[in-house]
This record gives sequence, structure tokens and C-alpha cells, in this order.
Amino acid sequence: MTDNRQDPDELLAKLRREEDRASRGRLKIFFGASAGVGKTYAMLSAAHELRSQSVDVVVGVAETHGRKDTAALLEGLDVLPPRYVDYRGSRLVEFDLDAALARHPAVILVDELAHNNAAGSRHPKRWQDIEELLDAGIGVYTTVNVQHLESLNDVITGITGVKVWETVPDRVFDNADEVTVVDLPPDELLLRLRQGKVYMPAQAERAIQNFFRKGNLIALRELALRRTADRVDDQMLVYRHDQAIGPVWATRESLVACIGPGPGTEKLARSTARLAKQLGVEWHAVYVETPQLQQLPNAQRESILRVLALAQQLGAQTATLTGQSPAEQIVAYARSRNLARVVIGRRGRYRWPLAQSFSERLAALGSDLEIVQVGLDASKSPRRASVADEGGKFALQYAGYAWAIAICALATAGATPLVSHLDLANIVMLFLLAVVLVAVRFGRGPAVLAAFVNVASFDFFFVPPRFSMAIADAQYLIVFGVMLAVALIIGHLTSGLRYQARVAGHREVRARALYELARELSGVLTQEQVIGISDKHIEASFHAKAVILLPDEHDHLHEPPVGEAAGSPVIDLAIAQWVYDNGKPAGFGTDTLPGSRIHYAPLPAPMRTRGVLAVEPEMARLLLIPEQRRLLETFAALIAIALERVHYVDVAQGALVRIESERLRNSILSALSHDLRTPLTALLGLAESLSLTRPALSGLQLEIAGAMREEAMRMNALVNNLLDMAKLQAGEVRLNRQWQPLEEVVGSAVAALGQLLTAHTLHIDLPADLPLVEIDAVLFERVLVNLLENAAKYTPKGSEIRIEAAVRGDELRIVVADNGPGFAPGSEEAIFEKFARGERESATPGVGLGLAIGRAIVQAHRGKIRAERGPDGGARFTISLPLGTPPDMPVASDEAPQSAASARAS
Amino acid sequence: MNAPAISVLIVEDEKQIRRFVRTSLEAQGHKVFEAQTAREGLIEAGTRKPDLVVLDLGLPDLDGVEFIRDLRGWSAMPVIVLSARTDEADKIAALDAGADDYLTKPFGVGELLARVRVALRRVTTGSEGDAVVEFGAVRVDLANRVVTRAALPVHLTAIEYRLLSVLARNLGKVITHRQLLRDVWGPSHVEQSHYLRIYMGQLRHKLEDDPARPRHLLTETGVGYRLAGE
Repeated sequence: MTDNRQDPDELLAKLRREEDRASRGRLKIFFGASAGVGKTYAMLSAAHELRSQSVDVVVGVAETHGRKDTAALLEGLDVLPPRYVDYRGSRLVEFDLDAALARHPAVILVDELAHNNAAGSRHPKRWQDIEELLDAGIGVYTTVNVQHLESLNDVITGITGVKVWETVPDRVFDNADEVTVVDLPPDELLLRLRQGKVYMPAQAERAIQNFFRKGNLIALRELALRRTADRVDDQMLVYRHDQAIGPVWATRESLVACIGPGPGTEKLARSTARLAKQLGVEWHAVYVETPQLQQLPNAQRESILRVLALAQQLGAQTATLTGQSPAEQIVAYARSRNLARVVIGRRGRYRWPLAQSFSERLAALGSDLEIVQVGLDASKSPRRASVADEGGKFALQYAGYAWAIAICALATAGATPLVSHLDLANIVMLFLLAVVLVAVRFGRGPAVLAAFVNVASFDFFFVPPRFSMAIADAQYLIVFGVMLAVALIIGHLTSGLRYQARVAGHREVRARALYELARELSGVLTQEQVIGISDKHIEASFHAKAVILLPDEHDHLHEPPVGEAAGSPVIDLAIAQWVYDNGKPAGFGTDTLPGSRIHYAPLPAPMRTRGVLAVEPEMARLLLIPEQRRLLETFAALIAIALERVHYVDVAQGALVRIESERLRNSILSALSHDLRTPLTALLGLAESLSLTRPALSGLQLEIAGAMREEAMRMNALVNNLLDMAKLQAGEVRLNRQWQPLEEVVGSAVAALGQLLTAHTLHIDLPADLPLVEIDAVLFERVLVNLLENAAKYTPKGSEIRIEAAVRGDELRIVVADNGPGFAPGSEEAIFEKFARGERESATPGVGLGLAIGRAIVQAHRGKIRAERGPDGGARFTISLPLGTPPDMPVASDEAPQSAASARAS
Repeated sequence: MNAPAISVLIVEDEKQIRRFVRTSLEAQGHKVFEAQTAREGLIEAGTRKPDLVVLDLGLPDLDGVEFIRDLRGWSAMPVIVLSARTDEADKIAALDAGADDYLTKPFGVGELLARVRVALRRVTTGSEGDAVVEFGAVRVDLANRVVTRAALPVHLTAIEYRLLSVLARNLGKVITHRQLLRDVWGPSHVEQSHYLRIYMGQLRHKLEDDPARPRHLLTETGVGYRLAGE
């Protein structure tokens, strides 16, 4: 039974793909078979079309190569000024990536995807610039020719004989959202060429003449069309996949390429990449480092690392394995990952007829594996043995050889006195012992030397005729042979063992370093501790100076405090910031600004990037080894997680303290409010109910009851003010803002004052078209009540109080004014202070909290309140509130009114 | 009212408050029962079958809202809530649970008696049966859907009329924003309280003498509205 459901991982990958798509800019590639087919022209035409749809399109780079009709198309398009780079005396024109990012158009045109940027640019390749543009959400139109595609590079070089150095990884092409083939039949292209319509730099004319042969053009055209067809095929597969139409690939189909030490291995990587592409499977590139390979010159080891890097770029998962037998390691790797096909290189070179070839060994070990062989051209890059590197190793070896001779001499000297007592066969044992000792201690080379020396001295000193090299009996040849064989076998075994031990040692060191770092980081509580521990461990593990850069709250990185770090690397903050913003490594050993001496790695934690780790290695090579890089990445992740943990510890503590203090404050306030109000309620009620008792109270008693009630009311007002002020002061008042008509709030404030205003004349003047304001009605009513109360208290009976409102700009102004005596000039601000009572009202009760509360509430609404003398000398308070955007008004959908009903009823 | 004496149950844990509420109500000729806790109150309410309950929200043993829910499970007797808190949310919760009115502590005797009077009248006259509601110069004929002011017909839109009719049917009672929005606009509009405020303003302009100082269509700030009869 076939299960049609999608694998959850696949589904997740699909979702992620769609998510990335959504935020990323779209890439459109104009793809051609060769120069001169009209890609730039097509791209510019497409730009005009976009412009006519009023899309914000900008020309970043467009190489017109002096073609008139193409240049004419630039008319009317917004062209980004280029960046000029001075390089070895000449002035190069380059695409200005930063300007493009700053300009942030909807679509940008960047010609020549395969272009190599001038040295000192942020990225060595233009396609990397374009990736960054896409990441920033900018759509990109670009052009590329088929011969620039990485995986087709060899094939095309084979066809045309012209090596192209500017290449683009296939994934850029394959991940493009749209590919438009700009096609021109070869005959027409040749015609254009003859008419001089195709750009040709003068100095390369001959080479290009060779290139533009009809046969070449036909082949290139076929390749371009086929490559595009492959892409369409892929898209169809992806579609099937997304729709979960067919069963997904078995991983069994996956490929593993065996990267060997020999020359021309790049081709193996490219071929495997192509094959994997065609099969639609993932692939691995594996290099097995054996003891012999470990001793290769550094230049060659680095070339292997380069091939691995190339493989990674072509989409492979890479691994470096260590072991005695490459075949065994590869088979084990393939089996553990369920990979069915092994791709190996084949060279047509002479081999001993009896020696088993690598492929035969592989076939014998892994009978279930399919083996694909790729012919490699060994002559392409001849083996370059660099002796210069080998000085150190040779010094060590010389010592070994010297020791070998010395031990042999000792064996000869030791055996001489025994010659009369012992059989010759036993003497041989002594010499054999010497060879074994040398082999165990110094490895194969010295052991072979020891074997020869011992054979010679045995022959010379002991084999009759003594003191001559002549051999009486041919059977001694067997002794020589055995001794040589033993020397070789043991030397081989021990050097292998020693190598294994060393590798295991390295592994142990790495594992130990990680363990130590993790252990120490697990206990830290502050950022400083994390940084200190990390610096120490990176220095120990990488022989490198490390600096950790942390962002501030605005996501800007800062130089670490100078002083303590003498001799620490000179950080380029701009690179570090780029790394932080993009979450990708940069600097030494990467594709981004590889010229820097410092490697910048982001510190990726689960929630976000926590900072940047800058590492300046003393030995550059240490950072190029994949294992070391992986170790550094793991370090970075550990450090980032530690930083994140410390961060959240802080956050959690802060939150806990805040919650606790808020809880305490709230419980005190509500207890206070309850405990004060309850007796007040009783007091007030009891005073009032006195008047209801039988027999009725006398006039004086009634008066006293009334006074008690008054005082209770005043006490209540005081308690309310104090509690309100306490809440506002705590800064924890949560506004329940709603869109309110001002009229209603004014109305309820006036109603709340009740009897207090009866002695005054109140004018309310609110325009009918006042907009709604977003306020907390309960609190805002308090403001108005306090202002009105203030006016009522400080003006004589019969005075006028006015409430007015009007819209001024983007503010609503509310004025509460009276025509009383006003306040003392100069005290306009002071009256808003707590416990301020001006100076005019010594006899008027209250502690002067009303205005302070009013101001605090207005400010909580992001408004302002000010006091001034009115034109008639009275006090005049103006509240300004920001208007904001009122919500939708209810549509007059109910204009089918009740009048119909009333008409019927009447 | 010469009918048998009206009985009121006071559920309140503060002795002095119970005492003055009792004094005030007995002065009006009502019969008063007391309860100190919510559980006691529920038992009293069940056995005495009072005409009205005055309930403190800050009882030690049970939340006042729970009390109302419990009571509303078997009785429609009016409940006036006493709230010592300034927090409007408590009052709204009590009203939404079925309380008829509320008083914020401290409150005066006059205020208490007025609220009791309104609540009792709603019971004795029967809220549904009353086809004509009058306040000030306004007359709302709920049966014939006619609104007049000083004997002249007033033109109301359909929503304005629905709003007014909900308030008129509950004359004297506080209706929360949520209840009004649900009854007038339907359950999907309970968050759009600005609709309500705008229509309330329009009603005031059509029915009140001074819409900025309304005498009948009253705002209970932060809680809801009330149509005051007298």
C-alpha cells in the first residue's frame, strides 16, 4: 500500500521554502547560449514593461558594450551611479551594492551574473551581491551565458577549448524564480557578429573568433536549451512533490563522490554534481585521509580542501574521514547514510597487474553498491610537489635515519662477541630485533634503511666468508628478503598506528575542548564570564585571538572595551555588523571579504543572533580544515546559547521583580482602599440615618448629623485623591482607552459634581461635529471633575464656568475657564505640583492633589494640560489631546427608519 | 403602597453598614433580614423569599458574582450590589451576571433609597407588561412603536429606536455596554462600543433638553447607561 501523505520533514521544508520565497526578492535570469544573443536588450525591454506598470525599477548595472539600440533602451530608466574602485593604478567601475540596498527598489537590473568583483569588494563574485539583494527583499533581473554555469564548465571547455574563469554555482541558476531563454539561431548570431553588432574586446579577438565557430555555437545552444529543459523538469518534479502526487525519492539513490588526492578531481566533483542533479538526488563528497595522504605536501592537501569547498558549493554534503583503507571508510560511510552509488575517478595510468585497484576493492567490500567511474585527465594539473614545506618533516626524518644507523651499529657491535657462541640463525634474530625497534620507533623509511644496513653488515661481518660482501650460500638471500619484508611490514603498521593514534588524539582534543567549554559555560551567570571563558577556550583550541562583539539594544555592535585585550585583533566593525545583520560568516576563509585576516562568525542562538565572534588565527590553515571550521561553528553555537541563557536569566529576574513589586503594590493599594472606604461608608450612612430615627432629632442635632456627613464626604474625597495619586505615581495605571464623544464625558462629569455646581452658572459649548477621542472615560471624567471642582471651589457664588472644545490641527483642545479671581501670576506651573494650593485659599479645604492628578492622567493620554489667566482674569485650563485616527463610524445602514412603523401606527 | 410589607435581604459582612442600611430601610416601612456571608445570604434568600437583595461584592467567603449567578438560577428578585472597589470591571461583571443596579461605597441614604425604590417599582409594575414608558416630556409607546416628545412625534432611526426601547423596557436599571450592544446590534458587535456612544448622543440630541447635561439618558461612566424615569 502506498502512503500518499507527505513526510512531515518534507512538508516543513516546503513550508520553509515558501516562507523564504515570500520574504525574498524574486530572481529572474535572462539565459543565453553565448554573448551577442541579446540578453541585455531583453532585460532592458522587460524593465520598460515593468516601468509602464509603475513598478519601481532601477538599473544597477547594464553592459551595453557600446551597442546603440541597447543603450537607447536605458533612456527613461533610473540608473544607479556605479562605484569606482582604484585597482593597481587603473580605475574599475563596479556595481554599488550598498547604494542599491539603500535605494531598495522593487526590482533592480544587474547585468552579468558571472562577473568577478574587483579585489576589496564585499563579495568576490557578483552572484553573491545578488544573493544579498534578494535576501533584502529586492527583486533582481540578471543575465548569464551557459558557459558560466559551474557544472557545465568542463564540458564547455572541452567543446570550445576556451577556459572560462567566471563561474556561477548551479544552485543560483536553479533557485531562480524565473529563467527566460534568450535564443538566437547560430546563423543569425554569426550574421550579427559580421555586422559588428557583438561586443568583442580587441585583445582577445583571435580567441573569440575561435569561440564563435558555428559548431561551437550549435553545441552551446543545445546545452543552454537542455539545461533550461532540465530546470523545467525540476520544477515539474517540485510541483509533483509539493502536491504530493508521486512517491518521493528513495535516499538509496543518493551519490557519494570519493575525492582523491590526485589532480583533476574537480572534474569528479562537477560530474557527480551533474549526475545528482539529473537524478534529482542529494550527494556527498568524501575525502579519506590515510596515513600516506597525511604526509602529502601542504599545497596538495590544500588543493583537496579546495575541491571539497567546490563540492560544497555545488550542493554536496562534505566529510573528511580518516582511516587506513579508503575503500572501507567509504563503504562504511555509504552504508551508514544509505547511499547506493559511489562515484570514483579513474585515471589511465600504469598499475601493477596484481595490485587491486580502488574500484575493485570497493566492489569487493560493498557488493551492494553501484560504482560509477568518471574518467579523469591526469595531465591537466601536474603534480606539484613543494619541497619547501617539507623542511620540518625532513629534519625529523634525518634524525630517524641517524638513529637507525646507530641502532644497527649497536646490534653489530653487540653481536660480534657472541659470534663464536651462537648459531648464525640466532644472530639474525638480533638484527631482526634491531629492525623491529627502528620500525616501531621511527617508521617505515628508517626501518627500510635499517633493514638494508643490517643485511649488509650481517653479510659483511658474520656470513662466511667473513669481512666480504660475497655470499657463500644462496639461502642467505632468504634471510635478506625476510628481514626487508619484516622491516616494511612493521614500519607500515606502526606508522599507520601512530597516525591513527594522532588522529584519535586530535579528535580527543576537539571533543575535550568542546566538553570543557560546554561545562564551563553551563555555570556562568554574566555576559562577561561568557566572554572570558570563550576567549580562553578559543585561544587554546585554535591558537587564535578571539573577540566577542555584542550588540546594544539598537542592534549595533560595539568595540570591546580596550585595555585588557592587548594584542587583540583589530576589528573591522563594518564587517562585524554585516555578519550580525546577515547571520552569515565573513572575512578570512569565507566568500565575503576573504581578504581580511580575521574570521567573523555569527553567534546563532535559537531566538536570534546574539553577537559576532571575531577570530584571528596565528596559523591560517587551522581555520581552513573542515573539522576545525566545524569545531569553531560548534563553539559559536555554544557561546551563543550561553549568551542567550544569560540574557533570559536577566529578563526572567527582571520580570519576576516587576511582577512581585506590582503585586505587592496592588495588594497594598486595594487593601488600603477597602479598609479606608468601609468605615467611611458606615460613618456617612450612620450620620445620614440619624435623621431617620424616631423620635425626630432636634434642629441642633440634625445640624450636627449633617456636619458629620459633610466631614465624612470630605474625608472620602481626600482618600480618593490620595489613592488615585498613589496609583498614578506607581506608573502602573492601565488606560482603558475607548473612542468617546466628548459630550458624554462632559455630561457625566457635570452629573458627578451634582449639588456642587448649583451655585454657579455653567456654559457648555461643544461643536456638534467634534470627532471622537480615544480616552479612558473613567479617568478623564476625573480630570474634568477636578477642574470643575477647582473652579467651583475658588470662585465666588454666581460666577460663570465655561467648558469649550475645538479641533486645532491634529489636537483636540478642551478649555475649562471661570471668571473668578484667577491665580497669582507666575504660579501657572506650580499649581500642578502635588500639595500645591496656590496662595489665595487658605480657608478652602483640600490638599491640592486634584490638579496634579489631572495632569498625570492627561499625560498618560499623551496629552498636555496648562493653566493661564483668562481674558477676564479668571483661571483658564486648556487640555490638548492628540486626535489619532477614529474608528469607522457606523454606516447609516438603518435609514429604513422607525418612521414607517410610526406612520403605520399613527 | 399598602400591600404587605416589602422585605429586603442585606448580605454584608460589615456590621455598621448593615446597621445603617437596616435603619434606612426600616424607616421606609420595609422588613429587613440580614446575612453576614454569601452562603448564609443564599440560605436566607431561599427561605425568606425577600422582594429585594442588597449585596456587598466584597464578601469573605464567596465572590459576589457567584452569589448572583446562584441566585439567578432560581429567582428573578432584584439585586442591588454594593461595591467598595473603584474597579468598573467588578460592577460590569455583577451586572452582566444579573444584578439590577449598583452603589459605590461610600453612598448616601438618599441614594440607596432611590435605587431600592426604582428596583421595587420595576418588579411590582412588571417590566414586560408596561407598554408605555414616560420620562420627562417623552412618551415611548412600546406596543405601537411611537415616540413623542411634548406630544409631538419624534423621528428615530431603527437603531435609535431599538436602543431606546431596550433602555425603556429596563427603566431605572443600569444596562452594561455589552448588554446594549448585544441586544441592539447583535452578538457579533459587542466590542464596538463607540457605535453605542454615537447613537446614544443622537438620542440625547433628539430627546433631552440639554444633551450635554442629560437628565434621563444617563451615563454610568465605564459601565453602561441607565434611563432615569423621574
